Amino acid sequence: MNIQLIYSLIAGISIGGVAGYLGSLMLQKRMSLAAGPLSHLAFPGVALAIVYGFDISLGAFPFIILGAVFIWILENKTKVPMDTLTALVFTVGVGASFLFLPIEEAEQALVGNISSIGPLETTLTFLFSLGIFFLIKSKMREMMIIGVSEDLAQIEGISVKKNSLIFIFSLAIIVALGVKLVGALLTIALVSIPAASAKNLSWSLKSFTVFSFLFGILAPLFGISFAKLFAMPAGILTILISAVFFLITVFFQKNDR
Amino acid sequence: MKNILEVKNLSVSFGESKIIKDLSFAVSEGEFLTILGPNGSGKTVLLKTLLGLLSGYEKNIFWREDAKIGYLPQGLTHLKVKESPLSVLEFLSLKNKNKSEIENHLKMLGIKDLSFLKKRIGTLSGGQFQRMLMAWALFDNPNVLIFDEPTTGVDIHGEETVYNLLRDLQKERNLTIILITHDVNVVYKYSTNVLCMSHNNICHSGPEEALSPKRLEELYGMPVKIYKHNH
Repeated sequence: MNIQLIYSLIAGISIGGVAGYLGSLMLQKRMSLAAGPLSHLAFPGVALAIVYGFDISLGAFPFIILGAVFIWILENKTKVPMDTLTALVFTVGVGASFLFLPIEEAEQALVGNISSIGPLETTLTFLFSLGIFFLIKSKMREMMIIGVSEDLAQIEGISVKKNSLIFIFSLAIIVALGVKLVGALLTIALVSIPAASAKNLSWSLKSFTVFSFLFGILAPLFGISFAKLFAMPAGILTILISAVFFLITVFFQKNDR
Repeated sequence: MKNILEVKNLSVSFGESKIIKDLSFAVSEGEFLTILGPNGSGKTVLLKTLLGLLSGYEKNIFWREDAKIGYLPQGLTHLKVKESPLSVLEFLSLKNKNKSEIENHLKMLGIKDLSFLKKRIGTLSGGQFQRMLMAWALFDNPNVLIFDEPTTGVDIHGEETVYNLLRDLQKERNLTIILITHDVNVVYKYSTNVLCMSHNNICHSGPEEALSPKRLEELYGMPVKIYKHNH
């Protein structure tokens, strides 16, 4: 196995696993769609990174953080519906990036390019993913109580605002990393599909998060390997395999819902 | 301080609109206080200030030092958590309790069928869900329970179970209960005192007086008929 493939697999599996784990939380908060506007906001950053030749995640990150803060403020101060926000942010994000990104170079921004990731980027991706995994794990109890009832959480002394900020910050980092794996267009799928598949099979929170994490890992594992084998884009295959998992789980849906 | 709760000259406003105007009352230990009033009269806002969920009213609300509060929020029903993956056991574990502590706690509450621990909370019936929340609120032995319309989404049979459980617990543990309800029968059957709230009228009395036809008409702005059951 060549070293480049190993880098791609380590990075892809790290991002996929933690995105799946985070996705399990988002599905409960009915927030899976929030990953959409965030990843679209990454477009201008990704475009800048491609034009000036630096790391895609690095370019995406400041834009996503800005977007995350923007969404957090809107969530706390206004009642703008998420779909309105999605439409607005999507068009602004994509439109702005194509102002300066030549269309023939857009493929990387749209569908990602994990097959050429280097050792330093791989290490950073792994460390960031690990950090976010433990951050979410440590906050899982609080976020679960908030998920059931914000009032109940406040009585337990849990800060809803702080948790919501931590959640969006984690999402922003995962999206910045995910952009490299599957591109800004498809990042939402990394977060939402594994959780949706897991939900079909789960009977408890524990089974739900474990399945979501596993599906998150398996999709890039197969996606990146097949991409190497058949010389196809890894990001697209990852998402397609994830979707196949989902379709299979539909037939094994637990019937207690 | 003999009373477990004293509220003095509490006024709450949001922007221009004054929700609660100069409200004072006291609750003694072991009292079953029902808060009655039409929608929008500030009942839930009052509970939230009592619980400290709305800040800035610390000078008007005095809990006795040993007061330990268990709380069930308004409108939290099994329908709200349909999508939640949590099982009942996992939900109750969020109180940092282990399985045997949870089982003992449920048995103490008279919940004998423990098979529902494995169910997802979104699949419970209204009554089961409410009993689960009750178990949540009663962990760590609170001496005050604050419930905001605890039987929303519960059928009549479940409703009676919930209130009977409340009454038994109150007798057993000398709990103080503060409850918002629209159900005047509950007021008759269980309350020792009633606080009625409306935009221009506040009363604090025993249930008989609070539920007199005249009082109810003043409170709801129209005649209200009650069919009183004698027990």
